[in-house]
Amino acid sequence: MDEFWGPFWIVLTGALAGASCGLLGAYLVLRKMSLLGDALSHAVLPGIVIAFLLSGSRDVIPMFIGAAICGVIATVLIETFHRRWRVQEDSSIGITFTALFALGVVLITAFAGQVDLDQECVLYGEIAYTPWDRLFWGEWDLGPRPVWILGTVFALNLALVLVFYKEFLIASFDAEMALSVGVSAALVHYVLMGAVSVTTVAAFESVGAILVVAMLIVPGASAYLWSDRLKVILTLSALMGVVSAIAGYFLAGVWNSSIAGAMVVVMGALFALSLIFAPHYGLLGRFVRQIRLSLRVARDHVLLKLLRERESQRVSALSWGDLVDTAARWVSGIAIRLLIWQGLITRKNGHFSLGEQGVIHATRLLRNHRLWESYLNQLGLPPDHVHDPADALEHFTDDHLREEIRAALPNIATDPQGKRIPDG
Amino acid sequence: MIWDATFQLVLLGSLLIGATSGTLGAFAVLRRRSLLGDALAHAALPGVALAFLWTQSKALPILLLGATISGVVGVLIIEAIVNYTRIKADAALGIVLSVFFGGGIVLLTHIQQSEVGNQSGLDKFLFGQAASIVRADLYVMCVVSALVMVAVFLCYKEFKVLIFDAEFLAAQGFSPRVVDLLLMGLIVLTVMVGLQAVGVILIAAMLITPAAAARFWTDRLHVMVLASGILGALCGALGVGLSALAPRIPTGPVMVLVATAAFLVSALIAPRRGVLARWARIRANALRENGQHFLRAYLALQARGKREIALLDLASELQLPLYRVRRLATRLVRDGRVSLQNGACSLTELGHKEADFVVKSHQLWEYYLVYRSILEEDHVDRSADEVEHILTPEIIEQLESILAQEGIDVVGDIHKTHSGYRRTGEDG
Repeated sequence: MDEFWGPFWIVLTGALAGASCGLLGAYLVLRKMSLLGDALSHAVLPGIVIAFLLSGSRDVIPMFIGAAICGVIATVLIETFHRRWRVQEDSSIGITFTALFALGVVLITAFAGQVDLDQECVLYGEIAYTPWDRLFWGEWDLGPRPVWILGTVFALNLALVLVFYKEFLIASFDAEMALSVGVSAALVHYVLMGAVSVTTVAAFESVGAILVVAMLIVPGASAYLWSDRLKVILTLSALMGVVSAIAGYFLAGVWNSSIAGAMVVVMGALFALSLIFAPHYGLLGRFVRQIRLSLRVARDHVLLKLLRERESQRVSALSWGDLVDTAARWVSGIAIRLLIWQGLITRKNGHFSLGEQGVIHATRLLRNHRLWESYLNQLGLPPDHVHDPADALEHFTDDHLREEIRAALPNIATDPQGKRIPDG
Repeated sequence: MIWDATFQLVLLGSLLIGATSGTLGAFAVLRRRSLLGDALAHAALPGVALAFLWTQSKALPILLLGATISGVVGVLIIEAIVNYTRIKADAALGIVLSVFFGGGIVLLTHIQQSEVGNQSGLDKFLFGQAASIVRADLYVMCVVSALVMVAVFLCYKEFKVLIFDAEFLAAQGFSPRVVDLLLMGLIVLTVMVGLQAVGVILIAAMLITPAAAARFWTDRLHVMVLASGILGALCGALGVGLSALAPRIPTGPVMVLVATAAFLVSALIAPRRGVLARWARIRANALRENGQHFLRAYLALQARGKREIALLDLASELQLPLYRVRRLATRLVRDGRVSLQNGACSLTELGHKEADFVVKSHQLWEYYLVYRSILEEDHVDRSADEVEHILTPEIIEQLESILAQEGIDVVGDIHKTHSGYRRTGEDG
């Protein structure tokens, strides 16, 4: 095997497995069926082993049949334990897949001489041998067999996702709506489970039973953090499968380790990156939004404080110590610096006062605050209870909402405490 | 031959594993944490490998320490994912389980392909090899199990309340979160005890399966905990015994299969909750119901002025095939409710009593439903038909007194009931 084609076939196999699993995995995550994928990939093992034993070969057809039978048995067992025998659902899943997996391992070791399978293959597959596992048609060498199998499965999954895009979409997000427009959610469920079983078995030889679970769930969950659009999630999920196959292959070379394991580690890394950096649902995004929010609130409070001082005509400038919010010194300090930088407040001899733009801003906020106080009072809140809620609401009131409140109030000039509502 | 010192050691170890995981499994299963045990066990693998890589030691305490740390990290990550992102618990579990396991596989294959790896024997942590237990390992396992057992004994009440009424626990001044964390910590320790002999992939089954089996036998928590512990110990010992016969087969899967067999047997033969017991109960109910229909049909025919009542008349009244009615009659004769003479059937005193009782409860229920405006008059028959077989004399008495207050006096009068006999599948 030459230096280009060997790695090429391995990476292609991994990429096809990753993309096939990724496409379905997105649906598994969306439909909260991840654990069913987990259970299924463990449970098909005895079926595969028995098929090996009976057919004495690695033919695809008996393997699929054995695995399919086992998958159905597992589903029926889980349902029977849960619904008829009243065992808790999670326990039913746990009992069924551990029992079937244990059976598979016992069969493999008991018939070690007769089965061309071993424990290692079960755990992390034999993707490294892909280039030598050829498919022949008569005398013709058609290329590595796993590439053909996984290629077919990928094509099938892609076709399924493209052709039934709408049906899957609607059944995944709103089963009742699906029923009302004539899409059977149950049918979609079984088609999806069937596809997951077929993909699991196809990927089993290359990446092993347990790592298939990673390929199914992890890219789907990572993609789910990046977008709310199903099309984007599907594309990203499949892409992540491909990327981790490529990166995993090279990392395995560096670490001198299992290729399938390295692929999964890359997937884990991609998930961690998504977890942190995904714009809307990532941790960093959340953190930044929270910081910005508290900065905004702190900034508003600084402006209001200065305006209120000016209104009471005591002083028009405050020292740093008077201005900064002692409860949140740090955020408040940053907010003041930000305001100076924006030119909303000015600093002279260590004292701060509102700039021209600052007055406009602050007046609008004060108007918000006092309109809210009047409105809440009109709703029945006593005058000494309206300040705090108004304080919370003033930051999020835009021009439109402000005038709506104004219109809902009788023509008044002052708030419940008798303070003038400024024009804004 | 197999009763040598090594085997005794291994047997003792597996007994310990079974007992610990069985005991704690009862709480884990009832708290619906069973699959968390699975994730935790898978997540322990990279810890084992890293501990070996750093210390180059195969000593069990060091490897288990590594396993514990990575298991706990795995659980914390699951919690964090669920709490801070939109990803649901099931996906979070699957992600941590598979990614940690993948990392473990990478480390393990890396170790195996390096020079020291061949004799490291770390792969026994995948499927378990009870034969590798040595005396020092047993001591470690003893200490950890003792710790778990003592904790369970001390916190039994708190765990019990956590499982059945977490809000009450909070009201008592305990934080359910803390108790939950304690339970999870104990699950971690239990998984660690079993890691060497059962392996990371299947140890979860030793938590789940014996507990689920014990659940069939009792409704009481302390009985379930005990039964689950004993069952787990038996499964552990039996599994090791069986796999001693075929040393090539790893012990983990054998133990799990033994536990599964115990689960299936329990599910079938356990009294009350067992499948056979439930089936027998359903059948007995059906038999009684059909017998009472027979008696009521007899009264109905009699009320229409029929003198000689043959089985054929009853068959047409009940709209059942003759052979079924004959079978019913035979059974009722055996129970002393019916007597058959020259093809004509008559009720014994006991039969009359039961028939009157059924008619009366049917009617009482109909009146009651109408009186309470639960159903319209022409809809009550079906409900009464279902209930007439279940009402006990005490309930009848209560219904009578309620209706008597309203001036309604019900005498069991067959003329007043609507006819109709609900069909059930079984018969005598």
